[in-house]
Amino acid sequence: MKPKDLYIVFIIALVIGVFPWLTGRNEYFISLLVFMGINGMITLGLSLLMGYAGQISLGHAAFFGLGAYSSGILTVHYGLSPVAGFLFGILLSAAVAYLVGKPTLRLKGHYMAVATLGFGEIVFILFNELSFLTGGPSGLSGIPALAVGDLSLEGTAYLYLVWGLVLLLLLFSLNLINSRVGRALRAVHGSELAAGAMGVDASLYKIQVFVLSAVYASMGGSLYAHFISFISPSSFSLMFSILLLMMVVVGGTETIWGAILGAAVLTLLPEYLRGLEDFEVLAYGAILMAVLLFMPKGILEGFQRLWARAQGGS
Amino acid sequence: MSSEILNIQGLQKYFGGLRAIDDLGFAVSEGQIKSIIGPNGAGKTTLFNLITGIFPPTQGMFTFAGKILNGLKTHEIARLGISRTFQNLELFPNMNSLENVMLGCHCHTRAGIFRAGLRLRGMRQEEEKIREKAMEELRFMGLEEKALLGAKSLPLGEQKLLEIARALATQPRLLLLDEPAAGLNIRETEALSESILRIRGRGITVMLVEHDMSLVMGISDEVLVLNYGKKIAEGQPREIQRNPGVIAAYLGEEAGNA
Repeated sequence: MKPKDLYIVFIIALVIGVFPWLTGRNEYFISLLVFMGINGMITLGLSLLMGYAGQISLGHAAFFGLGAYSSGILTVHYGLSPVAGFLFGILLSAAVAYLVGKPTLRLKGHYMAVATLGFGEIVFILFNELSFLTGGPSGLSGIPALAVGDLSLEGTAYLYLVWGLVLLLLLFSLNLINSRVGRALRAVHGSELAAGAMGVDASLYKIQVFVLSAVYASMGGSLYAHFISFISPSSFSLMFSILLLMMVVVGGTETIWGAILGAAVLTLLPEYLRGLEDFEVLAYGAILMAVLLFMPKGILEGFQRLWARAQGGS
Repeated sequence: MSSEILNIQGLQKYFGGLRAIDDLGFAVSEGQIKSIIGPNGAGKTTLFNLITGIFPPTQGMFTFAGKILNGLKTHEIARLGISRTFQNLELFPNMNSLENVMLGCHCHTRAGIFRAGLRLRGMRQEEEKIREKAMEELRFMGLEEKALLGAKSLPLGEQKLLEIARALATQPRLLLLDEPAAGLNIRETEALSESILRIRGRGITVMLVEHDMSLVMGISDEVLVLNYGKKIAEGQPREIQRNPGVIAAYLGEEAGNA
């Protein structure tokens, strides 16, 4: 990992640390930051999968859902601890990702996207139909808050938990991409032919990073379920998979930071556009189009370019 | 006879009705430079793709240092000690030169997702070793000053050398070079021929597919001539140059006058 990366991680930690206290621990701001963190956690994994290994997934809402429902079902129906639900979700998502990834990762480009889309739809239907477990379309309510002993983690404490985990996963991912594994992923993306000829087992790394990204998404799902205490299938639809993908693309697929920035921007944007009422969706779409037209490599790279130009001009 | 490193027997490769390789058999001795020549479409690159497992043969058997290669995947063959370059450059465009060569060290390093992600101590040492080894290979090919430049921003000649450096980083026993001199000027080709000799000097066996006859005849220990997927001659450069079949099929008047 580069020193600059560590510096930015530290700054994020500082901002998240002091933010609740600057805003009088405003619940609305805290929940926004929590959602930002949860989305960021999932896009981190997707960034590894898409930006580094070059594989597209339109099914990550499913892994997010598997985490959320694992936590929800095990705590509500079976009275297990949230930690058990969290870990079960990770194992379940990893296992499902492995089984789904084995055949689909042989596909390339659009075909891979369509295959994962199909997988996401199947899981979405299961969430709706297995109503004895999931509560069906009307959802699953009464999911307990996370607790350490008697102390339940809510508000600021939960924010710290979510972002603590985001930063740990971020550090893990940064280490990973600056290692032989990260190079192997980029090599597979750059030229699978040459990667193989240099001894890289492309299918091994593709499946590993697919499973890893599913685990990240599952963690996000568990944290989501405990935070809002009610989940229903609509949160895990294709729309969310697409939104996740957009976060990565809008932020920029070339570095892992793009994923965090994209998650932050697209989590906040709808909140700021709310005042436009009927025109909200229109404005949202227009902004996305403008970003991709003028900053095709994502806003992170776009702003870096603008910054460099401003420096050069002054 | 010196020890054989590669042995190929009864090799056939059909693409539909096209016989790209037709009943080909030959051996490569350890430590030699063996060139494969032949007109365009003779099956030279196909032969390299078959040896490295990019596609399977229709028939035939390969043994490398006593091990049968048939059925192995490309990355497994690379791990056994066969490395290569590509006719149409396959550098990783999303990495700089140093990283391209560092990737070549992949076979001989071990850190997996968790060791890398947690950045455990052994992994950091390994990473340091990879960097040193990669710099060493860049230096060997005279590219140390280009380490931090994007691989695709280098001029064509240097991209070719970079591919060789990357292949050397896998610590191969057999190196397959697919038209390394194509697109190089005379001075670059001379430097390349010296590099290939220095590679042989490291004990690495080299197989060379090349159209530049002065390069081939100047450095090869043995030459194999293919035409329409068939072997039409095999021997020392001098014998090949005098072989009437070869002259007719490939070298044409130029060699006839020589």
